[in-house]
Amino acid sequence: MKTHLTKEKIHRFLFGTKEKQGFLKQFVVYALLIAIGFIYLYPVINMFSTSMMNQNDLLDSSVKWIPSTFYIQNYIDAGRSMDFWRSFLKGIVIAGIPTVLSVASCMVAGYGFATFEFRGKKLMMALLLFSYILPSQVTMIPTYVLYSNLKMTGSLWAFIFPAALGNGLNAQIFVLIFYQFFRQVPRVLIEAAQIDGAGYFKSFVRIAIPSAGPAILTVFLFCFVWYWNESYLTELYVKGIASTNSFWNNLVIQLKDFNTTYSDRVSTGDAATSLSESVRMAATSLTILPLLIMYFFLQRHFVESIDRTGITGE
Amino acid sequence: MSKLKEKKTPRGKLGKLERRQERAGWAFISTWLIGTLLFTFIPMCEAFYYIWFKIKVRRGLEFTYIGTGNLTQIWLEDPDFLQGLVTYVWQTILEVPIIVVFALIIAMMLNGKIKARGFFRLIFFLPVIIVSGPVMNMLVSEGAASIPALNTQAVVNAFDTFLPTSVAESLGSLFGNMIMILWYSGVQILIFLSALQKIDPGLYEAAKIDGGSQWECFWKITLPTIKPMILINAVYTVIFLSSNEQNELIVMIKTTMFSATAERGYGYATAMAWIYAIMVTLIVLLFFLLLGSKKDVYDRMVKKRLRAEKKERRLVKKIERRSARNVKKLEKARKKRKYHTYDGSGDY
Repeated sequence: MKTHLTKEKIHRFLFGTKEKQGFLKQFVVYALLIAIGFIYLYPVINMFSTSMMNQNDLLDSSVKWIPSTFYIQNYIDAGRSMDFWRSFLKGIVIAGIPTVLSVASCMVAGYGFATFEFRGKKLMMALLLFSYILPSQVTMIPTYVLYSNLKMTGSLWAFIFPAALGNGLNAQIFVLIFYQFFRQVPRVLIEAAQIDGAGYFKSFVRIAIPSAGPAILTVFLFCFVWYWNESYLTELYVKGIASTNSFWNNLVIQLKDFNTTYSDRVSTGDAATSLSESVRMAATSLTILPLLIMYFFLQRHFVESIDRTGITGE
Repeated sequence: MSKLKEKKTPRGKLGKLERRQERAGWAFISTWLIGTLLFTFIPMCEAFYYIWFKIKVRRGLEFTYIGTGNLTQIWLEDPDFLQGLVTYVWQTILEVPIIVVFALIIAMMLNGKIKARGFFRLIFFLPVIIVSGPVMNMLVSEGAASIPALNTQAVVNAFDTFLPTSVAESLGSLFGNMIMILWYSGVQILIFLSALQKIDPGLYEAAKIDGGSQWECFWKITLPTIKPMILINAVYTVIFLSSNEQNELIVMIKTTMFSATAERGYGYATAMAWIYAIMVTLIVLLFFLLLGSKKDVYDRMVKKRLRAEKKERRLVKKIERRSARNVKKLEKARKKRKYHTYDGSGDY
């Protein structure tokens, strides 16, 4: 076959046929994706590059993206001011314990909704959706009063109790995810187990939980990340907004108070450099760094999770 | 209940099983139910009670009934809150369609035949992981959130000439925080993407054979199929935007709650929270009304047809009844010999 260019061929190459996409369209798609991808990454790249700059680079207008030297002192200062390692470990505890409880309780509730037929199920589902739509600000104040009456503010119990009772952060979404997932588990499996003499609880533990691996992973990851990032409620309940000197500080709250903490340290001569935007950016990157590392290790699970758990199910 | 009655099962073995299932179902959801009552339902009712009181914290809470005092105080003396509320409503109504449409476009592009799809998904989902209130505040305050080349002030001025100021300002902040808004669409992209992948490719093939272009395929196949997902995404976006710490109103509610001035406090903050919650619910309802799935065309046609058939049947019955009645009448009349019908014999 001769391969000289004809007008038709060029047209086919650019615009494609019914079977094959044309070059032009592919080009546009890639260009758009790369451009939007850059916009997405822009704040992160900007943050990292700024955090590496020293004072001279910040003032020098010829330095835009790549700092002249990799200046680590910002990170050391910021880390010291935020008490990085301790806040980091506390953050893991604050996010971890409620997450485990929340996963367990949401799984039980989701299984109950998915497997059994009972009167008032529709009403209960409506209650579930309603409690998702209701903004948490409405219930915030009475809940706070309840906790402070029970002397639970300023301690981790304020997160543990709701999580254990299936009402943690965004728990409604997790119940729905488990609901969708368990509906896809074949009924035959569970019925077979029951014929073999397993009770409802036993068939749940032995059959349903082992088959729910992907859903558990998804919910665990999301729950952990959301608890980790939640600063509003953490500050209110766990840290205790009234107490100035509290034990439970995670990185996000440290970042929130970063400006005041850092300038305190500067005035007492504790920090090497004064507060600049590169120090602040260094603090920000320290806050998200643990999550970034986790994300790069587990990203496959994150991204594929929603497909597999069927959040978009019928 | 109604299902059981319909089946009319005798209270034998099956009924027992059903009853046992029912008990198990309630047992499984009971922890969740207790939690919801304890942490959502009761606090909600309590909050409704708090609105009507002025509450002082002094070794426990002191309630003073002031009727609608809190509400009128907000209305008359708190321009910041009301202004913020108006801005919030406009912003949300403007941002939600942008986020949803943007997510749909990205999802459509990622759904095509593309190399390095995993890489792009990685990028678009990244913000979901790292976004949190303080991080966002830091990034916004350093100007990392806006596209540098975009002149926001010009946009605001341009819109200000023919739109109310609050709307123009919301539009301005929309352009100013473009990156942030795009950042919020990670989960939505994933939801759309998995919905798109579940569409039966046979549909597209059939459309292609019938000569449908891609444009037509999008409007006639893709969009109707993922319509429920659009609603889900819109609701998710509204909820996310309204409970996000970037939102000034919820920060305002928290500061009011602990404000030192005796004028405000718990009761006042609760009233604020209720007003805010009602606005959020109204916005969710608005999107439900706009996007709520009406029955699709086929269902509607079937229903219409059924209704027409029912009507026809009723008409037929009516005619039958009438003719039966007429026959009876005729019969009676004949018996009374009021008149004769011609029986073909020739004599009357």
